[in-house]
Amino acid sequence: MMELDTIAAISTPLGEGAIAIVRLSGDEALTIANKMYRGKDLTTVDSHTIHYGRIVEPDTEEMIEEVMVSVMREPKTFTREDVVEINCHGGLASVNRLLELALYHGARLAEPGEFTKRAFLNGRIDLSQAEAVMDLIRAKTDKAMHVAVRQLDGKLSKLITRLRQQLIETVAHVEVNIDYPEYDDVEEMTLNLLKERIALVSDEIIKLLAMAKQGKILREGISTAIIGRPNVGKSSLMNALVQENKAIVTDIPGTTRDIIEEYVNVRGVPLKLVDTAGIRETEDLVEKIGVERSRQVLNEADLILLVLNNNDVLTDEDRQLLEIVRDMEVIVLINKTDLEATLDHDEVKRLIDGKPVVTTSLIEEAGIDQLEQAIADTFFTGGIESSDLSYVSNARHIQLLNQAKQSLSEADMAIDSEMPLDLIQIDVTRAWELLGEIIGDTVQDSLIDQLFSQFCLGK
Amino acid sequence: MYNAGHYDVIVVGAGHAGVEAAHAAVKRGAKTLMLSLNLDMIAFMPCNPSIGGPAKGVVVREIDALGGLMGKVIDKTYIQMRMLNTGKGPAVRALRAQADKPLYIQEMKYQLEQLDNLTMRQAMVEELIVEDGEVKGVLTETKAAYYAKSVIITTGTFMRGRVIIGDVSYESGPNNQRASIKLAENLESLGFDIVRFKTGTPPRVNSRSIDYSKTEIQPGDDNPRHFSYETTEMIVDQIPCWLTYTTEETHEIINENLGLSAMYSGMIKGTGPRYCPSIEDKVVRFHDKPRHQIFLEPEGRDTEEVYVQGFSTSLPEFVQHKMLRSIPGLEEAEIMRSGYAIEYDAVVPTQLWPTLEVKSISGLYTAGQINGTSGYEEAAGQGLMAGINAAAHALSLETLILDRSQAYIGVLIDDLVTKGTNEPYRLLTSRAEYRLLLRHDNADLRLTKLGHDLGLISNERYESFEQKLAAIEDEQKRLSKIVIKPNDELNAILQEIGETDLKEPLKALELMKRPKVTYDVIERILEEDSSLDIDVKEQVEIQVKYEGYITKSRQQVDRMKKMENKVIPEDIDYSAISGLATEARQKLEKVRPLSVGQASRISGVNPADVSILLVYIEQGQIKRLSEDER
Ligand SMILES: Cc1cc2nc3c(=O)[nH]c(=O)nc-3n(C[C@H](O)[C@H](O)[C@H](O)COP(=O)(O)OP(=O)(O)OC[C@H]3O[C@@H](n4cnc5c(N)ncnc54)[C@H](O)[C@@H]3O)c2cc1C
Repeated sequence: MMELDTIAAISTPLGEGAIAIVRLSGDEALTIANKMYRGKDLTTVDSHTIHYGRIVEPDTEEMIEEVMVSVMREPKTFTREDVVEINCHGGLASVNRLLELALYHGARLAEPGEFTKRAFLNGRIDLSQAEAVMDLIRAKTDKAMHVAVRQLDGKLSKLITRLRQQLIETVAHVEVNIDYPEYDDVEEMTLNLLKERIALVSDEIIKLLAMAKQGKILREGISTAIIGRPNVGKSSLMNALVQENKAIVTDIPGTTRDIIEEYVNVRGVPLKLVDTAGIRETEDLVEKIGVERSRQVLNEADLILLVLNNNDVLTDEDRQLLEIVRDMEVIVLINKTDLEATLDHDEVKRLIDGKPVVTTSLIEEAGIDQLEQAIADTFFTGGIESSDLSYVSNARHIQLLNQAKQSLSEADMAIDSEMPLDLIQIDVTRAWELLGEIIGDTVQDSLIDQLFSQFCLGK
Repeated sequence: MYNAGHYDVIVVGAGHAGVEAAHAAVKRGAKTLMLSLNLDMIAFMPCNPSIGGPAKGVVVREIDALGGLMGKVIDKTYIQMRMLNTGKGPAVRALRAQADKPLYIQEMKYQLEQLDNLTMRQAMVEELIVEDGEVKGVLTETKAAYYAKSVIITTGTFMRGRVIIGDVSYESGPNNQRASIKLAENLESLGFDIVRFKTGTPPRVNSRSIDYSKTEIQPGDDNPRHFSYETTEMIVDQIPCWLTYTTEETHEIINENLGLSAMYSGMIKGTGPRYCPSIEDKVVRFHDKPRHQIFLEPEGRDTEEVYVQGFSTSLPEFVQHKMLRSIPGLEEAEIMRSGYAIEYDAVVPTQLWPTLEVKSISGLYTAGQINGTSGYEEAAGQGLMAGINAAAHALSLETLILDRSQAYIGVLIDDLVTKGTNEPYRLLTSRAEYRLLLRHDNADLRLTKLGHDLGLISNERYESFEQKLAAIEDEQKRLSKIVIKPNDELNAILQEIGETDLKEPLKALELMKRPKVTYDVIERILEEDSSLDIDVKEQVEIQVKYEGYITKSRQQVDRMKKMENKVIPEDIDYSAISGLATEARQKLEKVRPLSVGQASRISGVNPADVSILLVYIEQGQIKRLSEDER
């Protein structure tokens, strides 16, 4: 934990301000920054200087960001360690990517308040401020925990739990062979068997990482389709969402307003409103392209907002739409509640079968809060049926997944060189622990619990 | 009441913990008294007649490296010796001996009788003499008051012991010895937190009633190794154990009579260990397993009694007869002693400092099963440490706390005092995060110097240890200089053992890094027949072969040490630290860890709490508890 290794974190509040900073502190701050950076050799530049350059992807050298990098050598820094600050203006997605890279190259994600803690431990901050430092750690931790829990998607958590279970069963198997060598009712774990089991888990982690790399959620948002018959209020909905959330939309310089308007951040859920133009032209989707094709188009969306008219009876077209989206992630809006209710709400609820239904009057700006809440609920309870598992968006999760993958690949290499099982098992256990950190489960005793529930042991 | 004398250290109990405690205290120069209920039962094994095995066997070697008795005595009294896990890595290889139970007792007693500074006396201790939070001595049933600066309690499963067989239950220690009631009550009145645990043992049968032809033989090793680094002579005449299995019929009998089991009728309230389930437990929990292994283990050379391993039970006696007789080979079996369960008091071990001293009573130590562990080796390891530290307390010498990277004994005690235990605690290799460093082959390398520094290891033995160290180093140097060149003869050898051909010249040491190239293979290749001790060869091979993993473990240890070296004062006032979460504060107040590292292992103390603690300690102005708050 608190080995004085090199730490990294985003040091500007997320989503606020045009410039974001990734800060590194520790012995290896310069070498790590240098690995991600193309420009001057940062390890040789003078202290307290600023440099222009590019941050690149490790394998492809593909450019991610143009940045300004400040290099500050110890001891005249905030933490009294070498400090590097990478300034970028790319908004949430790219600053996250920079952090991921720093972690990838060997930094550890800073704990809440850790920069300040180091400043203190290194004697930079006055003893009298100890109290303040402790309060800061507490406050930041509580907040970070809150965020971490919210960021953890239910599906990801289930998947990780499953992978961990596979690993622990394997480890328990190895352990039982060790601690109870004479018990014949336990099949002897072999290198081949172990290799197979490791590969299963490893493949899943690689898949997860590949998806994370797409960074779908943070970079693109949840692709959201607004559908409904002409004149039910689709454009008003679009405008309401955009206006309502303008303040939190990341302001990306250099990009056009059109694109900005497509992204909205609703209570922390980044939405990408697809096919804006189409919506504005109030076209009739089903009539235009047919039922099957509509289904396909809608299938590509992660979230569907279906708008119905409160002031009209349910038409065949509405029914068709409801039928199509019934098994998708959908929120139904019954709009125009300012007008007389001719729509049979109960019928709608029956047809859509358990999916959220929100009533709004977009003209009077009523019900938007409830809609936003419904969107947030759908996302944070993990209910979203995305076409892939793209929810690994947290830099910490990605780092842990990477490390777990690394541990498993070391285990795999050890298998190839025919190391004894109990040594290989060290790396497998490590992978299990790392995955546990993602879902906040690090109870050490669970291996022993597993051992005794899985096998019949005794004297 | 009469004054029966003054000592430096008093040890209450002469089980596996008690004997090591007394011996270690004497070796450190303490005038020591050992009191026990029955001197014919010194280091008695109330359960299986065996010592060692994975993790436990390493503990025996650690005890030996610190000058203790267990290894020496078992080396003299075993009836069978086996090295387990030979097909696995070096970290988990383990020696296990089948003991000659009566002989073990006799030899242990004899060894202790040779100690000048030790008084052994048969007595029932009923009370501790405690004044102002300090222990002063003990009172016995026969009204003797013995005084000492340190007292160690090692009363095992005797505290309010209760034996249960089916619906029969009576107050008793193991094997129908007297239970220790008054002392248990005394501990409670002194404010100890007590838990109720249980364990059990299988029936013993007469060997002459067993038909061994229906069982499989389990012989000892052809070339038996030894536990003690001092042992030079091995017992070659070994006695086998035998393997048989339960049958469907056994399981039916058990199922039919489950209602009569003390465990299932709710008569037993204590928590039993999951790793020693009774046979009825196994049949219930793993009901689709058609059979369970049963090992038949002789209790000694000069006795016909046989221990039925795998058959621990608290079912009524008449059911035990029936069950046994449904097992191949045991159709005619004559039970000599019935199986039984025993419930007893244990103290919650988080009440102890890592020295095993009781936090609330200075000079008082507890060790062994009374601390919530189970097993002879676990008891002996604690006894040794308590003996070392109680003597230190009495004579103002240096104390000894082993950390998790130094010894399994360190892991054991750290787990106990930091996390406590909610079932009888047994050591398992998986409890040790640095088990690759905690091998049985290097226990002497890890601990002999410590033992010598504390006066537990003789100069003579220490010299021979230093010679071994030098021999290992010399041999590594030598092999790192020899270059092996590829040729047909060499490659023939490599092919024979399943390795690929050598193409480029290579140092002998490097070649040994290949998985199948053992030290013996190198010897063959070099056409030498080294006179080196087998232990030395083994050490060279292990250190070379697993270098990568060993280095990795060492790095982990170094990181852990940084936090381990951040000392927390014993009397720190946690309520003065703002920002600690409530749960963390409560846990910290209870455990009172001695280092930030130890604090971080307490469940319920989160990284943020550890950070806050670290900052608080670092700022230097630490608020301490006043005398009466402690
Ligand atoms: C029925 C049974 C089954 C067991 N099964 C297993 C098992 O399956 N696996 C396993 O690992 N371990 C098992 N054990 C545990 C193992 O036997 C103990 O862990 C080990 O013997 C404990 O050693 P000890 O020194 O702590 O206590 P003990 O060996 O019990 O020694 C206690 C000593 O204290 C003395 N004493 C007690 N009270 C007083 C008093 N008031 N005054 C003076 N002297 C006193 C006794 O005379 C005795 O010498 C079992 C124990 C029992 C009883």
